[in-house]
Amino acid sequence: MKRGLQENEQEERGGPSGGYQKSIKWSTKQEEEEKELEEQGASWEFLPQEILLHIFQYLPLLDRAYASLVCRGWNQVFHMAELWRCFEFELNQPASSYLKATHPELIKQIIKKHSNHLQYVSFKVDSSRESAEAACDILSQLVNCSLKTLGLISTARPSFMEMPKSHFISALTVVFVNSKSLSSLKIDDTPVDDPSLKVLVANNSDTLKLLKMSSCPHVSPAGIMCVADQCHGLRELALNYHLLSDELLIALSSEKHVHLEHLRIDVVSENPGQQFHSIKKSSWDAMVRHSPKFNLVMYFYLYEEEFDPFFRDEIPVTHLYFGRSVSKDVLGRVGLTCPRLVELVVCANGLRPLDEELIRIAQRCTQLSAIGLGECEVSCSAFVEFVKMCGERLKQLSIMEEVLVPDHRYELDDIHWEVSKHLGRVWFPDMMPTW
Amino acid sequence: MNLCSCVTCDNFSLWRFLLESLEDLDNSLKKLNSRLFVVRGQPTEVFPRLFKEWSVTRLTFEYDPEPYGKERDGAIIKMAQEFGVETVVRNSHTLYNLDRIIEMNNNNPPLTFKRFQTIVSRLELPRRPLTPVSQQQMNRCLGKISDNHDQLYSIPSLEELGFRTAGLPPAVWRGGESEALDRLSRYLDKNVWVANTRVKTCSLYASPTGLSPYLRFGCLSCRVLYYNLREIYMKLCKRSSPPLSLYGQLLWREFFYTAATNNPNFDRMEGNPICVQIPWDQNPEALAKWAEGRTGFPWIDAIMTQLRQEGWIHHRARHAVACFLTRGDLWISWESGMKVFEELLLDADWSVNAGSWMWLSCSAFFQQFFHCYCPVGFGRRTDPSGDYIRRYIPILKDFPNRYIYEPWNAPESLQKAANCVVGVDYPKPMINHAEGSRLNIERMKQVYQQLSHYRGLSLLASVPTIQEEAEPPMTDESQTSSGPDSPPRVLADIEAAVCLMAPDSSTSAPVPDQDNVSLHRLFQDHCTSSGQPSSPASSPPQSPAPRSKPGSPSSSCPSPSASPSSLPPRRKGVAHKGRRSQRRRERPSCPMATEEEEEEMMQEEVDEERMEEEETAAAQQ
Repeated sequence: MKRGLQENEQEERGGPSGGYQKSIKWSTKQEEEEKELEEQGASWEFLPQEILLHIFQYLPLLDRAYASLVCRGWNQVFHMAELWRCFEFELNQPASSYLKATHPELIKQIIKKHSNHLQYVSFKVDSSRESAEAACDILSQLVNCSLKTLGLISTARPSFMEMPKSHFISALTVVFVNSKSLSSLKIDDTPVDDPSLKVLVANNSDTLKLLKMSSCPHVSPAGIMCVADQCHGLRELALNYHLLSDELLIALSSEKHVHLEHLRIDVVSENPGQQFHSIKKSSWDAMVRHSPKFNLVMYFYLYEEEFDPFFRDEIPVTHLYFGRSVSKDVLGRVGLTCPRLVELVVCANGLRPLDEELIRIAQRCTQLSAIGLGECEVSCSAFVEFVKMCGERLKQLSIMEEVLVPDHRYELDDIHWEVSKHLGRVWFPDMMPTW
Repeated sequence: MNLCSCVTCDNFSLWRFLLESLEDLDNSLKKLNSRLFVVRGQPTEVFPRLFKEWSVTRLTFEYDPEPYGKERDGAIIKMAQEFGVETVVRNSHTLYNLDRIIEMNNNNPPLTFKRFQTIVSRLELPRRPLTPVSQQQMNRCLGKISDNHDQLYSIPSLEELGFRTAGLPPAVWRGGESEALDRLSRYLDKNVWVANTRVKTCSLYASPTGLSPYLRFGCLSCRVLYYNLREIYMKLCKRSSPPLSLYGQLLWREFFYTAATNNPNFDRMEGNPICVQIPWDQNPEALAKWAEGRTGFPWIDAIMTQLRQEGWIHHRARHAVACFLTRGDLWISWESGMKVFEELLLDADWSVNAGSWMWLSCSAFFQQFFHCYCPVGFGRRTDPSGDYIRRYIPILKDFPNRYIYEPWNAPESLQKAANCVVGVDYPKPMINHAEGSRLNIERMKQVYQQLSHYRGLSLLASVPTIQEEAEPPMTDESQTSSGPDSPPRVLADIEAAVCLMAPDSSTSAPVPDQDNVSLHRLFQDHCTSSGQPSSPASSPPQSPAPRSKPGSPSSSCPSPSASPSSLPPRRKGVAHKGRRSQRRRERPSCPMATEEEEEEMMQEEVDEERMEEEETAAAQQ
């Protein structure tokens, strides 16, 4: 192994002689330094382990590994449990990713020597199935560790969805069964299912605080109910709308349950023309009574015609993101039904300006502090009026230049002054390069 | 001219444009009793011969602000010196002296367009264009035109370059200065100009007054354009000084040239200090579908067809296809898209092309990423009639307006009646846009949440989570095992080193030994990274610019948890405070230059524009 390394090094320096020369230069310099230190009565060897550990914590793994070659003492510190509590496995294939992967040898070493130290683990997986499978292979070997947090993160495509469900489930349940104090679990876009959630609950119900499982098609409303019923410490939950029910909200607002802090709902249509159920106002009211400060984050990816059941009654949504075109009508209803709204993003809207809708939102949504508009239209006057009504509480105002339609009162050149005046800071619309 | 050297059958428009421009130049010179000399070969090889043959005493050329050109020209200047040839280099490809802009921005290129405009507004006006070359001036030229000039110094033909010219469609854009000046005078026609400025027309078709390819190829001087615009504005608007917005496109060009001039890695993600590291997918099949206009989205396919056939597309169309390829739908690296544009687009100046792609893919320049252009809706908004689609994808011509942007939603009977069944005659959409953009927004959020100085800047990334309470951030520099820009072998070395040092290696614990090459390498790396305890991975030896490197979001980024507080069992309050202050200190470690540089940049911008101040404040939260 050592020889192999040396060869590599030499090649890379363009021949053995160059490398040799440099190493001589270095060693004399190093010797001098060491001599100096010794003369001063200090030596690296006597650095207490705690200090070394402290220093090592600042170093990237690569540097720590280099440093560990220095002496036995440093090598011991390198292997101390404290340095192996969190680890991010990066699983990428050269064919599908530009990023480097965690070296397989390193993975082997970690499983062999440090798996009992691991507590905060995440897997970043590229778009290939092989990478997802590699992640699951590692997971299923983590038998003697007790994780506190686990994140399975697809960085490009949901590759966990492409692997055999049984393989995924068995790997995941290894962690659930062995880790008795899992507090955070991020398994968005994975084939997790009801039975595996049961295993999670059976082993970790006292500790689970965060569960993110957006777009997990194999989980049913009953599956998530089981989590809500048992995990009373749950403070953050992310799931798709089809798992959201009145019962779930009631369960999350039961007396035994801690205050929920964040609830994130993705509203995605699985098939065109899908009918969506509605949630009773009384259920939302119960939630707000129980957790008055909770954030309700909703992402909508619907066709315009699918919005019918939404925003009919008051809803305590705080962050609202419309990923597709949304009608004037729906935005009008948002103004009427979302009194807790803090952040609003509208990616697109039809061809008619959103003037009255925005003004109504400014009137009714008194918490609104951030807004982003993409492919929409607003007349300059209405926009200025909107900003004037919201005033300085608008902390973020991201409006594409094309959104603003000049009218009899304002030209595009005037508007940034006018808006800046009302915001109390200099503001410009977002622009795209003309090229 | 820095054209990509590979000649493929697709980039004939580019070569044709260049050759036409040269022919036009030759013709203009003929009128002055001179000729254009086209010499074949590499400058470093050819020039020494020419210096002798022609007894050259002076070499003049236009300053090329791009890193590749600077390097090439540097070598030529040096060689000329050796031959005792005086060199005169003049800046004329850009309006301003780019180094001066950078100097005025605390030695960093401005990274927001607003900031750039602010600086430019403080500069003196660009130099006035010179008058055209006169017969008199040419009379002093001593060069002789030999009888076999055409044999020795002729302009190459497309055939000679390996193109089959039979059946090539006629050029929509004709190269050459004469054409450029015709277009300019049409553009500056009083009525046309007024109409253009009053109504923001958005014609997707090649405009007879479009000028950008002519600027790129040097057929039209940017100074000529600048002063003509200024003149007509002052004549018609009777105001003393025109607003900067008058020069819109010219300034964007200048902006990207400034950003690129000292950054040889400007055209790639790896090793590019201003580029956010995004885990793009590699998918050659999907890339090919996009590049060849087979995505199944008529709006995207029509644009790519127009690009391939004509070499130019409207900027809104560029936004649409760039967003679709990268952050919007396919999640493919902007570098791939940039290369396709480089090959097909007549006005793809290296700096402008790469810069625009970074901009559109939200890889740099502080872009909001919340909004993805919809490949159906954006097209419909731009051209409700769908005639643009019908022109470039004739197979869809019989679809009614309602379905022309989404033919797969048309009833089957209608598809049959239109003689185009989706899935048979025209591809099905290659991706579900709603699903794709949902995923991609999440990915972007992942990336941006890890960039501390972007925190709070972006709408979506500011959606709160309890994450910090429940776990120490995972994106811990000290824990990440790899980074995109770690040179591969270094990683392999260290991985091997880890194996070597396993404490149970019963043979012998590794003793540091001066022959240990990887150890020695370590020190080298530390020296090159100026003693900072940053990972060797983040200072590539090949990077000439003395800048700290951007890391992957995960590798060299804000490492709140690289602080001691990352050790889990600690009192929370303290840990949090520590982490926060740590972050404040380390805030800008990502895709900027060095901390200080960014600090300065930010600070400067704060002074200039309160908008930036807000961003900074948000970033610190």
